[in-house]
Amino acid sequence: MIEVKKLTHVYSEGLPHQQVAVEDISFTIETGEFVGIIGHTGSGKSTLLQHLNGLLKPKSGSIVIDGLDITNSKTAMIDVRKKVGLVFQYPEYQLFEETVAKDVAFGPQNLGLPQEEIDERVRSSIMAVGLNYDSIKNISPFELSGGQKRRVAIAGVIAMNPDILILDEPTAGLNPKAHEDILNLIRGIYKKGGKTVILVSHNMNDIARICDSVLVMDKGRLAMKGTPKQVFSRGEELKDMGLALPEATEITSRLRAAGMEINKICLTIEEAAAAIAEAKKMTT
Amino acid sequence: MIRDITLGQYYPGNSWIHKLDPRIKIIATLLYIVALFVVREFTGFIVAFVALEAVIIISGVPRKFIWKGLKPVILIIAFTLIINIFMIKGEVLWQLGFLQITREGLRTAAFMGIRLVLLIIGSSLLTLTTRPIGLTDGIEALLSPFRKIGLPAHELAMMMTIALRFIPTLLEETDKIIKAQQARGADFESGNIIRRAKALVPILVPLFISAFRIAQDLAMAMEARCYGGNVKRTRMNEIKMGSRDLAASLLFAAFLAMIILQRVLL
Amino acid sequence: MEFIKAENLTFEYHKTDDAGQEMSTRAVNNISFSIEKGSFTAIIGQNGSGKSTLAKNMNALLIPTAGKIYVDGIDTSEIDRIWDVRQKVAMVFQNPDNQIVSAIVEDDVAFGPENTGVDPAEIRQRVDAALSWVEMFDYRKKAPHLLSGGQKQRIAIAGAVAMEPDCIVFDEPTAMLDPAGRAEVMNIIRKLNARGITAILITHFMEEAAQADYVLVMDDGKIKMEGSPLEIFRRTDELKDLSLDVPAPVALADKLREEGIDLPEDILTTDRLVEELIK
Repeated sequence: MIEVKKLTHVYSEGLPHQQVAVEDISFTIETGEFVGIIGHTGSGKSTLLQHLNGLLKPKSGSIVIDGLDITNSKTAMIDVRKKVGLVFQYPEYQLFEETVAKDVAFGPQNLGLPQEEIDERVRSSIMAVGLNYDSIKNISPFELSGGQKRRVAIAGVIAMNPDILILDEPTAGLNPKAHEDILNLIRGIYKKGGKTVILVSHNMNDIARICDSVLVMDKGRLAMKGTPKQVFSRGEELKDMGLALPEATEITSRLRAAGMEINKICLTIEEAAAAIAEAKKMTT
Repeated sequence: MIRDITLGQYYPGNSWIHKLDPRIKIIATLLYIVALFVVREFTGFIVAFVALEAVIIISGVPRKFIWKGLKPVILIIAFTLIINIFMIKGEVLWQLGFLQITREGLRTAAFMGIRLVLLIIGSSLLTLTTRPIGLTDGIEALLSPFRKIGLPAHELAMMMTIALRFIPTLLEETDKIIKAQQARGADFESGNIIRRAKALVPILVPLFISAFRIAQDLAMAMEARCYGGNVKRTRMNEIKMGSRDLAASLLFAAFLAMIILQRVLL
Repeated sequence: MEFIKAENLTFEYHKTDDAGQEMSTRAVNNISFSIEKGSFTAIIGQNGSGKSTLAKNMNALLIPTAGKIYVDGIDTSEIDRIWDVRQKVAMVFQNPDNQIVSAIVEDDVAFGPENTGVDPAEIRQRVDAALSWVEMFDYRKKAPHLLSGGQKQRIAIAGAVAMEPDCIVFDEPTAMLDPAGRAEVMNIIRKLNARGITAILITHFMEEAAQADYVLVMDDGKIKMEGSPLEIFRRTDELKDLSLDVPAPVALADKLREEGIDLPEDILTTDRLVEELIK
């Protein structure tokens, strides 16, 4: 369980361009939840993420993960990194080793694991991201295609076997199929069980489809928290924050506003099609 | 924090100083630095200080900005002061074991300290009041007579323009890479020198690759915008000497004359 | 009238592998097409399908290995006409950071016209006009690294506009932007096209391609489909085979037709779909 209490962070404190990035944020995430975080650029999302695995220290407030206070200065950072894995935007830009296997092994090595376990984790995490271990392990990561590089970079974080996996825009810049593949891969890891996944995305369709709950950030504050249905039923407020609705939700809410009998919030194209068809049948 | 660095920053403005021909400003700054080394007595610094104050007031650059430029070099100044205070022999004022402070030491330290501060503020005023393009155009113009002996003046100036543009981008990139590797458990703070040097590899390799990618992208973008070396390039802001520049040159000559006079007379 | 015309265009990249063997990959494979003056054409296709290579052949950044490409009648392989070609076809790239040359916004916009030797007074006029056009005039003295991704991309577009080209090729200009930035950039592209500039947009976003007048679908160096967005996005299964997709309103309209709801064929946008459903 992740408990965030009254978290506040200020950049360049005391300087003329001081900037409050997150302010007084409190929430909890249960173990095994799939959480989405949405918010306009500059809403404080990435500052929040960096606190969740100890890369940034708050000005005030605390984060406790399964009883471990990661904001306490006495907590060893390596214990935090074991618990929380963070995949940054465009993670392929952090690859550096001569071979794919060596690069994926970087994280587990830093955790000080025995060599046998490192090897096993490297193998299983490369397979978990849908790549063929035997044919890829000795290739330079820089020889791979963009989509493959991204998978290798994700494998590098999975290999640390964190209980909590955080991904910042993991599908940025990919074509529709590659986008879908990465999402399925994340869902696959999640379904294996026991993991908490936090996904940051600008793509509302993805958030609506796959998350159990959604956090909405606005101007450094936590503006909403709830199930996708609860959050996306507040379309007007989201629009004021510069956020869009999932396409299906947008279309059905416009139809509802025009007088069509659609009572529930539709998150996917399938749900919308069923609801619209039903409403049409009722009127005819 | 990386974003607080203000090295080589430009402070946009419309003052008399901002509008001066960058060539004049570059030459004046160089001569000003030479003048600081010509000075032997504190009176010389008073002349330099008054001149500098006048320039700061006319330029309208807030003092806050000027102090910020000094911050990164405070350590160097402090180091110079300490070395001078303790190392110079002479009339002892205070002693503890082998450490001693002498009258001459104090005098030299104060002298060097003032010289350094005046030097840094003076040269930071050049970048604060000159737009990067003006600066590089100025350098290009000043170096162009040497093109005949094979000095690539235009290319050097273009390299400077690009460096100024991409320093913040590369700093940001470095920050991102460091954080990403820390998230993978990398530890840059503990261990002996060899371990720490090794720990830099996961930062340096991605950083180099990044820099190459930027260079490749940029070269492509510049080519697409018809950049083909200096064939028939024109400039939006041509550098031209005006009456303002003449007046500034005369004033500056007066300043130099005073420095030389006080050196000769005192 | 056609502005760009490709005849059996082929482009190969050459590289040497570790064993010293020369290898070549054919990124664009014997394709022919033409792009009308003043049109808005979208090029879609999965990563590695050859779209970016094709784009770079359109302004002589790359010269065809075989076949020809003509820009306003000029053969791009004529070395001494390269600057004419690049002046006619400007380009905006994917990464907003890596295409801005100068540390001051207006100096960057001036870079192109300076290179082509335009008179200083006219450069000033063009720069101011281009910056107002992309609604970034108030930022003209700012440092680019302090701007948002969408704003940087608008600066890059202003830099292209200041060259007064007939055509602008946009190579995935929205890929690295957030939804707000994407909308800003798409608005400007449509505005430019309305002003008569031929627009060519390479994109991964199907909703963006749906805004064009004509769509080219590339895969494995070939043009696999071409036609109006309506014609292309009717072929959902073929697009999915090419790792692509259809815009959400099109997918929803398809589902509704399966449910027995009668809808016209010309539905591409949310606005249009809603309008039809509430009739």
